[in-house]
Amino acid sequence: MMQFEHMVNTVTAITQEVCQTMLGMEVEVGAAYVDRNPPGPSHGIISLIGLAGAWMGTGSLCCSGDAACKLSSRFLMTEFAEVNEEVLDAMAELTNMIIGNFKTAAEEHLGPLGLSIPTVIYGMSFSARSAGKEEWLIVPFAFEGHTLDVRLCLTPNRGLSHLVAPAAAQAAR
Amino acid sequence: MPLDVLIVDDSAAIRKIVQRMLTQAQVPVGKVLEAGDGVEALAALRQHPVQLVLTDINMPNMDGLQLLGQIRGSADWAKIPVIMITTEGGEAKVMEAVQRGANGYVRKPFTADQIKQKLDGLF
Repeated sequence: MMQFEHMVNTVTAITQEVCQTMLGMEVEVGAAYVDRNPPGPSHGIISLIGLAGAWMGTGSLCCSGDAACKLSSRFLMTEFAEVNEEVLDAMAELTNMIIGNFKTAAEEHLGPLGLSIPTVIYGMSFSARSAGKEEWLIVPFAFEGHTLDVRLCLTPNRGLSHLVAPAAAQAAR
Repeated sequence: MPLDVLIVDDSAAIRKIVQRMLTQAQVPVGKVLEAGDGVEALAALRQHPVQLVLTDINMPNMDGLQLLGQIRGSADWAKIPVIMITTEGGEAKVMEAVQRGANGYVRKPFTADQIKQKLDGLF
């Protein structure tokens, strides 16, 4: 099991590295918190990627459309005024990089994990819910007047409980 | 002599960025082919021979390691240098790629200098 502080530090370091290296942008981390089934944004972008193994869950990036345009403009060195296919693709790849690197770091504690292909949702008025009751770790980042939330939910895979180390399972309870 | 390059990634964004970074790294690039997965990459290779393949690992239909296996198993393509560019940074994945014949491994996020370093030893 990864402890809360270690997860926050890992997500922070990875997100800052990705933004610095790929976007040439500094992002400032805010106060991380845990929420049970946090609501998604009523408008904007949610990019989701699944994690599966002895532990399973979801990683996601959430931000406004304007924030996604700003991030994508830096990423692709092309100015985007509105969300389009290229912005959605860029957000999917940023999610892949951030959650993918978190997965690599988490594997030291949780064993081998698989990563799904990212899915990006964009809309003007929607809500998103997780079917489970698990807690989500939410790490907010600020940049140039915008916010970007990195969200993670991980839980032992009950179908593969024999693969979860006893100490890790106990820590998760 | 300019290198004809095949860039394989299911993200069009990454294909664009890799192409830009090859230019930034002053790699002499000729024709650039793009593919969204291993299946498309094999089709592209059949159409046009290249001197370098840069590929992601996690892709639909055929992943980068399967593509690498197909390239190394082909009499025509076996000697083409293949660099993996991927978020799969775990030691086991790196070892697997190297054992299957990858010439280099670049972890995302990446810089133009990192790609240049991998290519310097190959050409």
